[in-house]
Amino acid sequence: MATLESKIPQGPIGDKWTNHKNNINLVNPANKRNIDVIVVGTGLAGGSAAATLAELGYNVKTFCYQDSPRRAHSIAAQGGINAAKNYQGDGDSTYRLFYDTVKGGDYRAREANVYRLAEVSANIIDQCVAQGVPFAREYGGLLDNRSFGGVLVSRTFYAKGQTGQQLLLGAYAAMNRQINRGKIESFNRHEMLDIVVVDGKARGIIARNMVTGEIERHAAHAVVIASGGYGNVFFLSTNAMGSNVTASWKIHKKGAYFANPCFTQIHPTCIPVSGDHQSKLTLMSESLRNDGRIWVPKKKEDAIAIREGRLKPTELAEEDRDYYLERRYPSFGNLVPRDVASRAAKERCDAGFGVNATGEAVFLDFESAIMRYGREQAAIHGNHNPSDAEVRKLGEEVVENKYGNLFQMYEKIVDENPYKTPMKIYPAVHYTMGGIWVDYNLMTSIEGCYAIGEANFSDHGANRLGASALMQGLADGYFVLPYTIGDYLSQDIRTGKISTETPEFEEAEKNVQGQIDALINNNGSNSVDHYHKKLGKIMWNKCGMARNEQGLKEAIKEIKELREDFYKNVRVTGSADSKNAELEKAMRVADFLELGELFAKDALHRNESCGGHFREEYQTEEGEALRDDENFKYVAAWEYKGEPSDAVLHKEDLEYKNIELKTRSYK
Amino acid sequence: MNLTLKIWRQKDANTQGKIVDYPISEVSPDMSFLEMLDVLNEQLISKGEEPVEFDHDCREGICGTCSLQINGEPHGPDRGVTTCQLHMRMFKDGDTIFIEPFRANAFPVIKDLIVDRSSFDRIQQAGGFISVNTSGNTIDANSIPVNKHDADKSFDAATCIGCGACVAACKNASAMLFTSAKVSQFALLPQGQVEATDRVMNMVRQMDLEGFGNCTNTGACEIECPKGISLENIARMNREYLKASTK
Amino acid sequence: MSGILNSSIARKVAMALSAIFLLIFLLQHFLINFTSVISENLFNELSHFMGTNILIQAVMQPVLIFAVVFHFVMGFILEAKNKSARKIKYVSYNGGANSSWMSRNMIYSGLVILAFLVLHFIDFWIPEMNYKYIQFNPEDPTRYYGELVHKFESPLRVGAYVVSFALLSLHLLHGFQSSFQSVGCNGKYTPALKAFGKYFAILIPLGFIFIALFHHFNH
Repeated sequence: MATLESKIPQGPIGDKWTNHKNNINLVNPANKRNIDVIVVGTGLAGGSAAATLAELGYNVKTFCYQDSPRRAHSIAAQGGINAAKNYQGDGDSTYRLFYDTVKGGDYRAREANVYRLAEVSANIIDQCVAQGVPFAREYGGLLDNRSFGGVLVSRTFYAKGQTGQQLLLGAYAAMNRQINRGKIESFNRHEMLDIVVVDGKARGIIARNMVTGEIERHAAHAVVIASGGYGNVFFLSTNAMGSNVTASWKIHKKGAYFANPCFTQIHPTCIPVSGDHQSKLTLMSESLRNDGRIWVPKKKEDAIAIREGRLKPTELAEEDRDYYLERRYPSFGNLVPRDVASRAAKERCDAGFGVNATGEAVFLDFESAIMRYGREQAAIHGNHNPSDAEVRKLGEEVVENKYGNLFQMYEKIVDENPYKTPMKIYPAVHYTMGGIWVDYNLMTSIEGCYAIGEANFSDHGANRLGASALMQGLADGYFVLPYTIGDYLSQDIRTGKISTETPEFEEAEKNVQGQIDALINNNGSNSVDHYHKKLGKIMWNKCGMARNEQGLKEAIKEIKELREDFYKNVRVTGSADSKNAELEKAMRVADFLELGELFAKDALHRNESCGGHFREEYQTEEGEALRDDENFKYVAAWEYKGEPSDAVLHKEDLEYKNIELKTRSYK
Repeated sequence: MNLTLKIWRQKDANTQGKIVDYPISEVSPDMSFLEMLDVLNEQLISKGEEPVEFDHDCREGICGTCSLQINGEPHGPDRGVTTCQLHMRMFKDGDTIFIEPFRANAFPVIKDLIVDRSSFDRIQQAGGFISVNTSGNTIDANSIPVNKHDADKSFDAATCIGCGACVAACKNASAMLFTSAKVSQFALLPQGQVEATDRVMNMVRQMDLEGFGNCTNTGACEIECPKGISLENIARMNREYLKASTK
Repeated sequence: MSGILNSSIARKVAMALSAIFLLIFLLQHFLINFTSVISENLFNELSHFMGTNILIQAVMQPVLIFAVVFHFVMGFILEAKNKSARKIKYVSYNGGANSSWMSRNMIYSGLVILAFLVLHFIDFWIPEMNYKYIQFNPEDPTRYYGELVHKFESPLRVGAYVVSFALLSLHLLHGFQSSFQSVGCNGKYTPALKAFGKYFAILIPLGFIFIALFHHFNH
């Protein structure tokens, strides 16, 4: 088995990035004008990369399936963005952010990449404020911070409950400035359907214009994939309906290794599934766990009574409630990392303590926060003998100020008032730590093809901490890729324009056209969603929060059968030469049906539990994850060989020189 | 619930469209409006008919992709929500529901209920940004304190999701609320002052070029805006524009 | 004119400024008319002043005519432009859900007011011009009150008067606050301004109606 060349620079960890930047090749400004770069995806990573590359002088073409770059799903991130600014003076530092991220990732991330991420994190905040991103501020006019799961400092910057939207609008504004200058050409409602590799180098893409159905060829000197994660392989997730793996999967098929596909984050605080009609799941920000307490009834009969509507949760006495996170993890309590919180919820529900009709929900209760804040406010207002009603009113005002929009969203969806009765929440698929394998320069195993943001695997190991996704997307796009890509492009200054009239483009276009024709003419009997939902069920039941050998083996077999059935019996209505949502979905689901199998295969081979990957066979007596550093301290990078079952495993050994490998504990 | 849907069907930009009736049964009040349309589409597919095309993506009210004029109101009868967050419990058994695309010359129909809102992108491209390069050497984020009141107002303006409901609701198909939200976000921050004059002039010029109507202060935009963007922003843009015109 | 009024905001501001000027004119017109209820002499004195003062006649009168004509012409232009910004109409349009009837129908209330103004011109302004500047009749400082009273004898005219001012009230209910919003006034004083505007829009036209009815029934 080949070892992967990660190209981590030499030297002490604190100097690696600086030294690397000092030593890599640069492209002269006059030459940048002759170099084209394609960026697929315009979320935080893609948008910031496109804007920065265009500022530097490259000619950039961006592609997104949405009608505007501003709509990429980064927009949905609520809670915040981490940065080691130490504005609160609570002992934060680059090292501490690095340490928390590696530990939070259960020691399956690449040290050098994470350190670089922590190092540039402070620049992100400076950059965004300069762009006019309206972060929350304190009365003194300085930036405010809050705290997130899995850490002991306040380093999260936020803009109420829509940090992602504000940061994305910042990147989009930076893009707009370059579109206005003519340096970015933005192709919206376009979907990348293949990459074109010429002489071993990425030289362009094939894209479908989703309005006219036209298949287009676009050439460039380098291709950047920033198309996000693949959580929608589960059908139900917090991802956008259109989020897909297609761009990543197409480059995987052309030679890019896919790393750690089984590392998926299940977010603990989502609105539970309400019925079969459900099309997606809605996240409630993790910031709610700052004030909300999670519980289920202590006695099974109470849980049953609540499920059947015979008992109201507010009627249950304090001593009959089980605040299981506070019980199991006294030091972090309700603020344990996401993987831990999710598993604990599943454990209670599996044991029969779930609180909604399906038995798959736990309570997130703001009662004590409301009363605590209320008493505080009453004292501030000089009322030293307030009635319960006064306290509650004041407390509700405080909670509304902090989480008003989230509470309103919950009420709209569930039709219950969370100020009066505890919220019901359940874990849902949210983020994928796995992704395209990249080296330190963020280059994939195809030369000239890069992967950034959620699409790559590099920074979060087996579990991502809250508020770190935005940080990684912007770090990659603003501060890492624009440097490292120059090193590669410096060889291309004499190449000249890349032609699209080559056999490689011809063939790629023909393949895409062939796939589309086959789907349109299939005339089967089942809709695309039929297959997507089935795939999602298999994934959730057998590759979800807990996995075991038997289930994974079944999943592999079932997904393969489902895929074969899909190609025989899927029905795609409409024509290929116009807007056709069914065709778009079919192309995406076809790729999910392959990825799903590789996902299960990866989960099956990793005989340990770590982060978001929990194998039932590998747990401690208390039910905590049992990691196996001796045998699995590596990145599993899979090479495509036709069928997913034939994928070949390459291992990148992970070295920890600056952090001691320990069992993760939040007790 | 049993409902009658009257949906605008239009093959493409160049074909004439019309309202088509679709009865639908067994709608659960817990469904979102778009999930109800999913069910309809599933039925259409099983009959071999082409499903209704509509824009949607995040389905949690933040991406601004979903649109739909429902019974004569953008995003339907509920307040403070986008269509994806509108739930069927807002309707009664036996209701007839009109579903049309957002209408404005500046939002041409692409297919069925999907419209082209790239005019919004072009307005932003004309000046909706602060010209700062990515360098890693910009001044420290805390070196310019911003009054919390202004910062909060700037944030409120910035919550616009660019869905186009303001245009769809306005009897004049005016895009003033959208444009003014962006102008306001920057006008309220010290960082935005340097380019303030050019920004407002260029964005308003582009807005007019796109063929949106004039604002007559009916206030429909503010009521229908899923993010509650205030009319104050329009007044602020008018001020900014007057200030810029005299420079 | 087309140069500066090329932008939508400039047109809107011009519309608002002419409106604010007309609001002030309306207020002074009302105050003078109202004196007719209180004192015949005072009314005659003020009317005489307005009718003969050179500043009023040579400067303010043309300005007023320009403002009126501009406000109407611009109103028509804007209405036409705005209508054409949505060529394909909604099949189902529920404007009442998000905006007031007044705000959506300024063109109709405006048209009624225009019809009234035409009547007012024929009825008052043209005879007045004829009397003063064509026939060169000698000025009689006591003639105004009698003419006013005479005008309100016909129930038909009083009826038209009442209807027109009712529509003016509707026009102002939207127009008052709208004109301030257009010139950029919207802030912490807006609720007060809105309330004042509401009183203004109801009381001034009501006052005009009162004057008409007062003279109709008292003589």
